[in-house]
Amino acid sequence: MPHDHPDHFHHHGISSSGHPYRADNDEPLTYWQRMEIAVRELLIEGGHVTAAEVAQQINTMDSRSPANGAVVVARAWADPEFRARLLQDASAASREMGFDIGPLKLIAVENTAKVHNVIVCTLCSCYPRNLLGLPPDWYKSREYRSRTVSEPRAVLREFGVELPDSVTVRVHDSTADMRYIVLPLRPNGTEGMSQTALAELVTRDSMIGTGLVQAP
Amino acid sequence: MAERVRVKFMMPPGHIRTPAFLRGKVGEIERELGQFSNPEQLAYGLAADQRPLYRVRFTMQEIWGDAAECPTDTLDAEIFGHWLEKV
Repeated sequence: MPHDHPDHFHHHGISSSGHPYRADNDEPLTYWQRMEIAVRELLIEGGHVTAAEVAQQINTMDSRSPANGAVVVARAWADPEFRARLLQDASAASREMGFDIGPLKLIAVENTAKVHNVIVCTLCSCYPRNLLGLPPDWYKSREYRSRTVSEPRAVLREFGVELPDSVTVRVHDSTADMRYIVLPLRPNGTEGMSQTALAELVTRDSMIGTGLVQAP
Repeated sequence: MAERVRVKFMMPPGHIRTPAFLRGKVGEIERELGQFSNPEQLAYGLAADQRPLYRVRFTMQEIWGDAAECPTDTLDAEIFGHWLEKV
């Protein structure tokens, strides 16, 4: 029985399932964690929101995923008029597809045979959450935020994206009120695929610009 | 021809949405984005003025000089009008 293991009270080393034990997160709360709890409890006590509404909002945030953006990309590949509308006004085009993208302004930038776009937020972690969900941890790292503007090709190479000199790299720094999504290049060999099948090819990284969409 | 602008070289304290690495650099207006609340006031709960916001495109040559990884690659950033001067 696993609980008879003599290490049970120490939780050091490797568990019986072969993974290292993870430290319990029972250290004291940080200043901002306490602030969040205090503000939330005051809002609930004052009748401004209910605990259920807070939970519902967290569920809404967690339910967004790159699959939303992938559907938009697949339609843009298959429908030239929608593609034109997306490049003209990505907020309106996303709403047209039923995505609640809130008040934020979304700009779609299109990869071509000559241009590769990549998105970063050097100042913080601005990200098109309404279409892609929560950003990956690396997107918020100091390393990604600083190196993507100073040596984007080296960063892209580490993501496995090797671009020839004939392709211009355009870095988009989300410094203020806009959010960006990359419309990746549609891979060769996908002619005749349905939008549903195309959407399954579209990765999160391809919509940040740190990946390319591969043919199946 | 696109309008050329320089990001003002100012280092004021406070909540500033103009990246320091672009201050003093010259770029071209890529597009006008409309009027947005000035984050330098908004961040402190003050009544915020509406200010024009622009997407400005810089070459890597302009930003990093000889250290540029590829001089003709570009960086676009959103810069408020009160941070820009015509060149």
